[in-house]
Amino acid sequence: MKKVVRGFYSVAYSVKLCRPNVICAYPITPQTEIVENLATMYANGELENCRYITAESEFAAASILVGASAAGARTFTATCSQGLILMSEVLFNAAGMRLPIVIVNTNRALSAPLSIWNDLQDSMALRDAGIVQVYVENNQEAHDMVPQAYRIAEDKRVMLPFMICMDGFKLTHAYEPVDLLEQDVVDSFLPPYRPEVYLTTKKPLAFGCYAPPHVYMEFRVAMQRAMERAKDVMEKVFKEWAEISGRDWGGHLEIVYPDSKNFVIAMGSLVGLLRKVVDELRSEGFSIGLVKLRTFRPFPAEELRKNLGSAEKIIVIDRSFSCGYEGNLSIELKSALYGTNPEVISFILGLGGRDIPKDFIKELLRNSILGREKSGFKGFKEFEEVIP
Amino acid sequence: MKLKINIGAISEPLQSEKFKTGDWGTEWAVVDKEKCTACRVCEQFCPDGCIEVVEVEGKKFAVVDHNYCKGCGVCASVCKYEAIRMELKELFKLEVC
Repeated sequence: MKKVVRGFYSVAYSVKLCRPNVICAYPITPQTEIVENLATMYANGELENCRYITAESEFAAASILVGASAAGARTFTATCSQGLILMSEVLFNAAGMRLPIVIVNTNRALSAPLSIWNDLQDSMALRDAGIVQVYVENNQEAHDMVPQAYRIAEDKRVMLPFMICMDGFKLTHAYEPVDLLEQDVVDSFLPPYRPEVYLTTKKPLAFGCYAPPHVYMEFRVAMQRAMERAKDVMEKVFKEWAEISGRDWGGHLEIVYPDSKNFVIAMGSLVGLLRKVVDELRSEGFSIGLVKLRTFRPFPAEELRKNLGSAEKIIVIDRSFSCGYEGNLSIELKSALYGTNPEVISFILGLGGRDIPKDFIKELLRNSILGREKSGFKGFKEFEEVIP
Repeated sequence: MKLKINIGAISEPLQSEKFKTGDWGTEWAVVDKEKCTACRVCEQFCPDGCIEVVEVEGKKFAVVDHNYCKGCGVCASVCKYEAIRMELKELFKLEVC
């Protein structure tokens, strides 16, 4: 059933179809309306066998979900930016306790200075937590990703938290025609969550216990192996989803024009713009393809090496950077391509919601292919720091 | 034999009893039965719950479980009757050059 809805609703409706047992969140722009929609559904009695809990902070929201998930509940929260990093202490624990909590992160810049606008710095800060991260391009993909997220996270070979990253404002607040899923489709795809071990008064347990040096390392290696297994599980789930929904979002990567000499790679909603830009550059005679990176953790290094290892130039568009080094995606890509020959040019753009106009990025790509552009921050004004 | 670890570091109750922590500290608490009035203040303050008042032949006094006493000295400092002293373990009675 196709409807014109906002990004919030496309996520909330999909979460509802997944039959969550505990939803717990704290409001933060630009996420709030996701959980507002869910709260409305809850108040209207549309969520069966579910508790909606309002928390006093993101830290509390994540903590409540850790308890709920350990007790065998299917859990959901949405957050971003300061909220996500306030949750971080708990989320590292959730990953270590192997709890398949699903989080929708509506990507927003980090303070200071205070910004509510979009870039990818918040989820990048949680890169090493042991949380699966998938970046979506549009609201339909966000809608489709929720049931897949539960399937992957709750898979016995995986059992890790799952973060769906969607661009704040650019997607969340946008109206888009979204083909809303039917309940029976989701039910046939996503079985109820039945963990093998969970908290109950009949059998008391402790989760995430103390591990002295002689055993700690094994637990972390186990997480890494779960992430590696998640790669295969995800590919299978993506394929199965394409069959039952008729919408194929690709695997960990989507490559447009794979026979090109040059490639541009990006994540999230920016990919939509790049599709157009790449088409226009090709009509000018440039050999350029597009790589949409969907899965950031586990990082699809082999796939990238296989598909891009023999390219001439790869242009990375980052909307986040590791302060003191480079753009995050650029760092990861260069590591994946180590030992191959492509020249990697990396641009950091659009921080804190700075607009990325089509002509600007087209010029940037054109100049990069012609060898007239150097890596670095682009699209900022010259400035001087002064003491007030 | 392969090491077995529980997923998510999940553990059954009372597993910590297996971890004897009594060898952690350099000192441990020793109770003077004569001075001890069995007032139970040390029992309340011990962060590891390893000091307990017992009754032997009609006499009540505190007993320290040296399997778990980490030697923090809280019991000795809260005892109003100076019935608990911190004693250096034999192992640490070394001459340091």
